[in-house]
Amino acid sequence: MSILVHEKTRVLVQGITGDFGARHARLSIDYGSQIVAGVTPGKGGQVFEHNGVKVPIFNTVADAAKQTGATVSAIFVPPPFAADAILECVDADLDLAIAITEGIPVRDMVRAKRAMQGRRTRLIGPNCPGVVTPGRGEKSHGGCRIGIAPGYIHKRGKVGVVSRSGTLTYEAVWQLTCKGHGQSTCVGIGGDPVNGTSHLDVIKLFNEDPETEAIIMIGEIGGSAEVEAARWIKAHCKKPVAGFIAGATAPAGRRMGHAGAVIGGAEDTAAAKIKIFQECGISVAATPSDMADALLRIWKG
Amino acid sequence: MNIHEYQAKELFEKFGVATPKGVAVKSPAEFAGALGQINTAGGIMVKSQIHAGGRGKGTFTNGFKGGVKFSPTKEKAIENATAMLGNTLVTAQTGPEGRKVQTLYFTEAANLGKRPDGRDDEYYLAILLDRATSCPVIVASTEGGMEIEHVAHHTPEKIFKVQVDPAVGLQSFQARQIAFALGFSGELFKQCVTLVTKLYQFYWEKDCAMVEVNPLLVTQEGKLLALDAKVSFDDNALFRHPDIVALRDLNEEDAKEIEASKFGLSYIALDGNIACLVNGAGLAMSTMDIIQHFGGSPANFLDVGGGATKDQVTAAFKIILGDPNVKGILVNIFGGIMDCNVIATGIVEAVKETGLKLPLVVRLEGNNVEAGKATLAGSGLTIVSGDTMADAAQKIVKLVNKN
Repeated sequence: MSILVHEKTRVLVQGITGDFGARHARLSIDYGSQIVAGVTPGKGGQVFEHNGVKVPIFNTVADAAKQTGATVSAIFVPPPFAADAILECVDADLDLAIAITEGIPVRDMVRAKRAMQGRRTRLIGPNCPGVVTPGRGEKSHGGCRIGIAPGYIHKRGKVGVVSRSGTLTYEAVWQLTCKGHGQSTCVGIGGDPVNGTSHLDVIKLFNEDPETEAIIMIGEIGGSAEVEAARWIKAHCKKPVAGFIAGATAPAGRRMGHAGAVIGGAEDTAAAKIKIFQECGISVAATPSDMADALLRIWKG
Repeated sequence: MNIHEYQAKELFEKFGVATPKGVAVKSPAEFAGALGQINTAGGIMVKSQIHAGGRGKGTFTNGFKGGVKFSPTKEKAIENATAMLGNTLVTAQTGPEGRKVQTLYFTEAANLGKRPDGRDDEYYLAILLDRATSCPVIVASTEGGMEIEHVAHHTPEKIFKVQVDPAVGLQSFQARQIAFALGFSGELFKQCVTLVTKLYQFYWEKDCAMVEVNPLLVTQEGKLLALDAKVSFDDNALFRHPDIVALRDLNEEDAKEIEASKFGLSYIALDGNIACLVNGAGLAMSTMDIIQHFGGSPANFLDVGGGATKDQVTAAFKIILGDPNVKGILVNIFGGIMDCNVIATGIVEAVKETGLKLPLVVRLEGNNVEAGKATLAGSGLTIVSGDTMADAAQKIVKLVNKN
């Protein structure tokens, strides 16, 4: 197994006719993922074609889901319209909406998150690299790649990876792959202050997933989500966990690229989070080059 | 995006939040006219307008003490204003270089009320996002006029919080809860309920990141006034608020950060001497960290984003080289989908175009990395290659420390 998505997951892409959405839809098709529908309001009936794969485009998410059996959406819609796109997935009762879009207003996300309460759809992101469950083919071909991560750096295996940051996730994944250790699923939860799925949510899923034997959790300064996850890990997690926190050198009060990466108080500095990780039995990577090794110090693979 | 106090108070007034009457001035020629527009009988506050806190306790580089001054008469106000305007104010938050004061705010001095114990009748009020619940939260305290972090640490029981459900917005009972928690009754209770309601409306409608009133005070005449106002906005929402964008003061922003934003680069200057150029915010932050881990000191945060082009890389090099403290550069790119050779070509061209003489270490990883490394090696330039982040960081620290 894996978490959230697997090789057969049927995926629709909102914003498939935009440059960004189209480019990554093609890369996902090349990776062997099941991209079964596109959604662009007003372009229903057109077809998105790539390497012989024909992807029908629909006007609405509900139509796309009904006609193609898609259960997951990848959202590449521009920021002013992205919260609306998320809520359209909720309305269509999809399992999962993965919002790649960067720059969605906080107020839009506050309202969207509130509107999702009690509904079946889970949101990953926004402002995230997406989710990859590696395939078993060459260069992990045949897996489910939703979002913007490079597929080939992955390898199917036993480590679950969860992170706010895209390139830092790739760094961890690549270190694991180079050392011969594959991944069950890699989840980028996004760098915004309001997101749909937290570190803890993903850790709980990994904890229950029989294929996942060990976990790497990558965090940043700002907020308390990593701390919450670490405390839960100490009390409940059955699997070894390694961690890294970016931003030890970041000055307080400055937004470090990610809207969520701002030091607001004494509790959300890198030093404070690292200390809590250590107290909770998480093997902490001293540098980003040390992420895979930090895991391998407590897990033999 | 941040705005000045006088701009924040003008917005407050539009939304019905009471503030002491005031006028902003940008040149000495405006002083007398501005003082004619307000009631100066009770004295005048002369307030330096910069985007940094600690103004009252700051010192000007000309030796004048205090960026916020009570002036009993118009003559004294003009004297204080003359000492402040156009001069550089250094506060705990500006750094040693300080900020040039280009605008002053003259306000009617409020007739501060006293509590039975003799203390000033000052309160604290703020509205911001509570990240743990993803809901707006209103923070109120009877301990105004001091740093709220101090209050939260020493007397947490004096901090009162109300979480707002975004589905329905602030409810009247919640505004009443705050007014009761602050100990108001009678006319002041009504004023407080109104003020909290209007302030929340402002926060929500204008996509504020934070609204902070410290202090909120009661005058001897029994009026509740926002004496200070600190407001920042969600950058992601500015596209729908052209009126707020118009309030942006580029004088208050770092020129290099503005230049960087034109090229889609996210740049923040720091105090160190090793510049870095990285793709992705998380990787950029951790590149700074690893430089420090190996004994160096990062000169900046610089995220070139997901698709670093040659133009972006060149612009990034120029911005980095504009910092005289920089003694070496570390480029760290995880080219997941981007072709590393395209990036390598961009780096070579940028080095040639800028005539770079400083040590440069490049760590490339990802798609087509061998071709990229070959391009760097065959360029005839002295570019040092790093295999991993740790290797690259150690190399640049060594090169910089040697020089």
